[in-house]
Amino acid sequence: MEYILKNGIVYDPQNEINGETMDIFIKDDQIAESVSDDAKVIDVSNKIVMPAGVDVHAHVAGPKLVLGRLYRPEDSRMGVSQKTKIERAEAGFSIPCCPTTGYRYSRMGYGTVCEAAMPPLEAKHTHEEIATIPNIDINPVTLFGNNWFCMEYAREGRIEEMAAYIAAMLRVSKGYGVKIVNPCGSEAWGWGQNVHGYDDKAPYFDVTSRQLVVALAKANEMLGLPHSIHIHPNDLGHPGNYPTTVETLKSIKEIKKSTKKAAKIRDQTVHNTHLQFHAYDGTSWKDASSGADKVADFINHNDYVTGDVGQVTFDETTTMTADAPMEYDLFQISGLKWANKDIECETAAGIIPCIYSPKTPVGTLQWAIGLELFLLVDNPWQICMSTDHPNAGPFIRYPRIISWLMSAPRRMEMIENGEVHKWSHKRTGLAGLDREYDFYEIATITRAAPAKIHGFPDRGALTPGYKADIAVYDVNPNDFDPSRNPEMVERIFTSAAYTIKDGQILVKDGDLVATKPSHVIWTDVKGWEREEAQVLNEMMPFFTQYYSVKWENYQVHDHFLSNPIKVEVPAK
Amino acid sequence: MSYEPPVTDYDYIVENCTCAFCGCNCDDLDFLVKDNHVVAVRHACRLGASKVMEDLDQRLMVPMVRNEEGVLTETDWDTALDTAAEYIANSIRPVFYGWSETSTECMKEGLELGEYIGAVLDNQATICHGPSLQAMQNAGYPIQTLGEVKNRADVVVYSGSNAMNSHPRHLARWAVYPRGYFRQRGRFDRTVVTMDPKFSDTAKCSDMWIGFEQNGDYGFYNAIRAVIKGKKLQSESVSGIPAEDIYELVDVMKNAEFGVLFFGLGLTHTLGKQRNIDIAIKMVQDLNAMSKWGLTPMRGHFNVNGFNIFMAFETGWAFGVDFCRGWGRYMLGETNTIDLLVRKEPDCFMVVAADPGAHFPNGANQHLADIPVIQVDIHWGPSTELADVVLPGSFISVECAGTSYRMDGVPIYMKKAIDKPETCRDDEWIIRELKERVMKLREETNVAEKYVPNPIMDLKRLEKEE
Repeated sequence: MEYILKNGIVYDPQNEINGETMDIFIKDDQIAESVSDDAKVIDVSNKIVMPAGVDVHAHVAGPKLVLGRLYRPEDSRMGVSQKTKIERAEAGFSIPCCPTTGYRYSRMGYGTVCEAAMPPLEAKHTHEEIATIPNIDINPVTLFGNNWFCMEYAREGRIEEMAAYIAAMLRVSKGYGVKIVNPCGSEAWGWGQNVHGYDDKAPYFDVTSRQLVVALAKANEMLGLPHSIHIHPNDLGHPGNYPTTVETLKSIKEIKKSTKKAAKIRDQTVHNTHLQFHAYDGTSWKDASSGADKVADFINHNDYVTGDVGQVTFDETTTMTADAPMEYDLFQISGLKWANKDIECETAAGIIPCIYSPKTPVGTLQWAIGLELFLLVDNPWQICMSTDHPNAGPFIRYPRIISWLMSAPRRMEMIENGEVHKWSHKRTGLAGLDREYDFYEIATITRAAPAKIHGFPDRGALTPGYKADIAVYDVNPNDFDPSRNPEMVERIFTSAAYTIKDGQILVKDGDLVATKPSHVIWTDVKGWEREEAQVLNEMMPFFTQYYSVKWENYQVHDHFLSNPIKVEVPAK
Repeated sequence: MSYEPPVTDYDYIVENCTCAFCGCNCDDLDFLVKDNHVVAVRHACRLGASKVMEDLDQRLMVPMVRNEEGVLTETDWDTALDTAAEYIANSIRPVFYGWSETSTECMKEGLELGEYIGAVLDNQATICHGPSLQAMQNAGYPIQTLGEVKNRADVVVYSGSNAMNSHPRHLARWAVYPRGYFRQRGRFDRTVVTMDPKFSDTAKCSDMWIGFEQNGDYGFYNAIRAVIKGKKLQSESVSGIPAEDIYELVDVMKNAEFGVLFFGLGLTHTLGKQRNIDIAIKMVQDLNAMSKWGLTPMRGHFNVNGFNIFMAFETGWAFGVDFCRGWGRYMLGETNTIDLLVRKEPDCFMVVAADPGAHFPNGANQHLADIPVIQVDIHWGPSTELADVVLPGSFISVECAGTSYRMDGVPIYMKKAIDKPETCRDDEWIIRELKERVMKLREETNVAEKYVPNPIMDLKRLEKEE
């Protein structure tokens, strides 16, 4: 099928197209230089055309999501709607069920989402869910930050073995990259403890999180993976944690980015996720304040770092993270029902419902810090949109965040009319920031930058040859002032005029018109086979003794993969 | 038990097969195959081995339909499937129950059919660990994988569960005997406590047996919580257990490095039901302030957890999901099989890999006798006597591959070892066929003309202001 998207106002930051009126050609599932005369013309004049959205970090599929759904039926009930000829019944608000997740992303004009935490032992489960989510492509990143083998390699400084192990595990779990969550901390949670700061050791393992993170970063660059390490540093959510964050990022400074082809797309060697939770100053919640300026300042001076925000959206949501000790801390504060899941030799996870209220000081402080980060980081290529879905808020609130970013008056209104608690301006510098994002910058933080950070060679831009993943929004930026119409902005980005995925129109005027199966994207490292075999051979007695499944049953069989897109990383 | 010499007469061995019996899903089984039949099973417990080896015992081999005289008569697949499809298509309140002994791949087909026709989908959780699910929705759910127990646990508590008999390898593979990374001496490094009114086989190999009174669960756990929080017990004994013993037990629990509570139907189905589990979960949460504790329900069927997980990610709820209105509804006591049957609501009942005839209360079974029942299973059972159509499936993990979820949520792909009997079909195939036939017979029910977002999505607010 061929299409011409005619006369759209195009924002394509990767190709430096900033609001030019032009035509986009689609041939089958790709964007093309030109099409034949048979092409169907879709008139999008006076509408915004962007590449389809890419979510840099969200939790949409996997064991802890299901745990959340299992124990929060009240959340599932919150979002129900009746089935239609095209879509199945919806359910869920902060943790929608799989079909609903796909539909809602599609309506917002998204095409690709990174599932941000996949434990290898339960990777099959993650892949089953990915196969159930329609319409969006998903690249799951595998958890390595508390992996016993990695901790041993890091302690002994065996970077090459670690790289081989990562290569093998990416194939075993069909993962895309290296995710690190509270390095050494979730292992300490195995004994009900946590690590404090970057130089604390995991009990019994005699390795600090610094050693582990640096080793993983080196191994990542040695392999030349498309994505850098994707880190959730220690001390999440603790007042006074910003030095840990800065220390963590600093420690990667000397590590050279790989020169291999797959790694060429990205600029960074470390991606720090949900920075908002890691940018607190003070010593306790009594005197907590924003450390966003310090973190932003560091990012502004170091181009090897990227991050996403994890913006709080003032909703009742479900927090879930592999940072299990932090979730227990939250439980002790809020007393809401607490779930936890420890996974042998690999990781842990905690879940707890959370109500971010604009009337509470802490929730408001977090909200303001998130916005500060967006506004203080100068280069939009270094900061991405995220709510760390569902942790700081559900992904369906992205449009609302966009409206806050595009409208300084709206932010001031919230502060001045008491819509938010006074900590928003007393403990942060938000009231003094009048920067407003324009559509080009919004396109950068929601599509171009996330795609570049993940090293996708086929999406996040409207370059011919790329996947025809396109979003059209019904607004003419030339006679529309987003600053004065924040609610309109939210509405525009909530329901796309068109969402096109792989050249297929899925959404028209905010309504789904079709669904399609998703693709899973994973990384296959080539040329390390000998080293991998050696490493696996070495680890096998340990695996057999201390894991609870057999190696054969540990691996993700092809049966579980939904239309896989294999990213091959060639030999060293 | 008499001595049985090892089986030496076999053609080949299939390694790393998974046991399709209890929630342990032991995946280290070796099947010894001769002439397309498993003649011996290595590593399995007696329960698992006998299920695999005696697979032809009382096996349903051919499809059957109940004739006008009320006698089940053998027929061909087409007739049987058409009859079943008609029953489903002509019903207005169908219930699809079971699913715990089949694969998630089969459930997927069943759910599609259920959503299409507007059925209630429910599984055995409704009569076994339903209270546990209810309790976790009240109180939370701190769990861990079984490998974590093997490597770390130094205190293991079985409460209302006789694992020695119901999950025989649970103790041997994970919880009690194995040498874990931090428990190199195996059994000697662990303190095992059994809480059970009965001096069960599990109690016999425990270090402590707490034989509290029947139905004394809630009071007993309450006392433990009080003591954990530093309170002094007012009475000399609680639920028949002397106060000193409770202090001693709490001392053991508080000083654990890593403790785990495994609980079974003995806790979920005594007086108090889900409240027993509530307080057990709360106790585990309290203990985490001073130690590290987790819990795991001892799920019975090998994929009973799988159905709950599958339904949760597909629909948002774990079991008892009602699609009759075109969207999912989940309300315990309202959309669960027993309640529906006792209220005589269903007018068609499909049972997939389960045996309500053997397990349901009489009142529920009485209604089953009055309505069309379709059975998809591999063995004869009381449900067969209630069934109007019998569709013989195949044995997952032996004759057919599929995915299952262990009691701790670890997914396992159970592979196929031998071929199924020629006259049987895979469960997945049967349900898909039924789905396709029903779709031909009847329009989809309760489809909205247009998608209407739920008000919580907050689009309404925007529309109002327009």
